[in-house]
Amino acid sequence: MKWGVVVFPASNCDLDAYHLLRDVLGEKVEYIRHDAATLAGCDLLILPGGFTYGDYLRPGAIAARSPVMGAVVDFAAGGGPVLGICNGFQVLTEAGLLPGALYRNSHLQFRCLETYVRIESSSIPFTGAAEIGKVLKMPVAHGDGNYYLPEEKRLELEENGQIIFRYCDFEGNIVREANPNGSVDSIAGVCNRAGNVLGMMPHPERAGEKILGSEDGLVIFNSLLEFYGNREVRGGA
Amino acid sequence: MEVTLKKEVHDPQGSAVENSLKSLGYEAVQRVRVGKYLEVELEAPDQNEAARLVEDMSRRLLSNPVIEDYSYTLEEVRRQ
Repeated sequence: MKWGVVVFPASNCDLDAYHLLRDVLGEKVEYIRHDAATLAGCDLLILPGGFTYGDYLRPGAIAARSPVMGAVVDFAAGGGPVLGICNGFQVLTEAGLLPGALYRNSHLQFRCLETYVRIESSSIPFTGAAEIGKVLKMPVAHGDGNYYLPEEKRLELEENGQIIFRYCDFEGNIVREANPNGSVDSIAGVCNRAGNVLGMMPHPERAGEKILGSEDGLVIFNSLLEFYGNREVRGGA
Repeated sequence: MEVTLKKEVHDPQGSAVENSLKSLGYEAVQRVRVGKYLEVELEAPDQNEAARLVEDMSRRLLSNPVIEDYSYTLEEVRRQ
């Protein structure tokens, strides 16, 4: 099994993801350039955080139209697992791989802090090793994490079990004060209908070692390893 | 071309500007919305084709249909 970390101009959490996978989890991982035509046979993809193209136009908008995204879209359509973190989440919504949109935080401030999220579904490969209701401590660092989608679409996501994380307090209560950006319904992460593409604003790759203050993010990577580890998954495009 | 947040989408920038205007004493202000203005120069054989191109690029990149609306005007400029 091989992980791929997609690197766009001004991605800046690519090293964090690479470090966690290689040094902490002992996994095979390689970088994939934004202008690559193929995914180098990778089995799992990560679109890391950052400020691709300076957030010009809209965060993730220009990266979502880069050459590599054709291969990413094909990979996702074939069932390949794709995890978008922070700016990577924005890229996935802009690419149409995930529903909704992320825009300016409701209070206009950049937020860099520890957050808690509650796992709302464990029936997808990204959270299978966890229990519903489990609270994870992970940092956020963004100015455009305000998740929006129209009410009827939100109900649809809820019904389909596509809302995977909600911001909460340390005990798991969904309270307004725990929502760092004004996201509708405290949504911190959503998946596509098929459950193989996940986007989230908190950074699990920065919560994978004790020295960083939390190891809670590991459950996402471990869930993926558990789900895909013992069987062949679709190779890269 | 103008790109604006849909009416039902909260506009945090607009609210901040609105509050600032009120603090300057402009009590008449009811609502402020902040949007984007873009100029795109393009070559096309006629206005219909220019409109088709602008519509296409607006949907595919220049606006995000989940949260934004767009509008535009066309102006013919002779090539120098």
